[in-house]
Amino acid sequence: MATSFTIAGRTFRSRLIVGTGKYPSHAIMRAAHEASGAEMVTVAVRRVDITRQTESLLDYIDPARIFLLPNTAACYTADEAIRTAQLGREAGMSNWVKLEVIGDKDTLFPDNEALLEATRVLVSDGFVVLPYTNDDPVMCRKLEEAGAAAVMPLGAPIGSGLGIQNPNNIRIIKAQAGVPVIVDAGVGTASDAAIAMELGVDGVLMNTAIAGAEDPVRMAEAMRLAVQAGRLAYESGRIARRMYASASSPFEGVVGR
Amino acid sequence: MTITLNGDPHDVPGPLTVSDLLSHLQIDSRRVAVELNLVVLKRHAFETTTINEGDDVEIVNFVGGG
Repeated sequence: MATSFTIAGRTFRSRLIVGTGKYPSHAIMRAAHEASGAEMVTVAVRRVDITRQTESLLDYIDPARIFLLPNTAACYTADEAIRTAQLGREAGMSNWVKLEVIGDKDTLFPDNEALLEATRVLVSDGFVVLPYTNDDPVMCRKLEEAGAAAVMPLGAPIGSGLGIQNPNNIRIIKAQAGVPVIVDAGVGTASDAAIAMELGVDGVLMNTAIAGAEDPVRMAEAMRLAVQAGRLAYESGRIARRMYASASSPFEGVVGR
Repeated sequence: MTITLNGDPHDVPGPLTVSDLLSHLQIDSRRVAVELNLVVLKRHAFETTTINEGDDVEIVNFVGGG
């Protein structure tokens, strides 16, 4: 019933990708992941805390069922992102990377120039690159031409919960892309995820919308359903929008007329 | 022997291999990546790569993120 999609030869049945950050606890994170049905989750790459033994995130993620996607969060230059991606490859079990090169600390919008450079370098080094970028169709085309395995335009700033700010751009990006399109960042609630999917994109990536909800596990369930509903609606071919009414009941045979 | 470990000076019995350093720090080698003097090491090189006085070592792992 649910259609799957493929990135770089790897097929996913779930179109919802979730993060591992900002959860109240690792246990809640694991339960939320389960409820979301996600088959891929993002992780960050950071220095080990030498001073103490901390609980390992990986104890709460089953690698047999969930694919780890390291990110290059908090990298502000191409070099930082490339270095972090390489470390992520060695720490993990794949050559996939969610590539972020941040251009502004308040909006966390990407530095697209550096992002494009880092994409080229990492693609030539054999990485499967999923770049986080703006809802800019020209930028998405350039990233695809640079070898990105998918493009990930933001819906709104990371963690903002503002939803899809520019749906028309997202629609254009999907219409022009030859690789999967995943809306990444800005989703706030279930309808945002459904709207993204109704635009025709292949998947949605979110973290804060679930981790920051009052009940992350139930929100994860809501998101799972929203992504499925949005995709099903898209595949079902919605009605056109009309300025005026079009009656659903017949005119003929009205009593007393 | 003093090295720079994750940005701070650190005393270790040395010289020693990367594997030995991880054991000394009680870090599971399967869950980390190591960078030595700005070069990211392949995991299979942990046992054969030696850390010397003054080396700059970074040990990273996966943490929660979006």
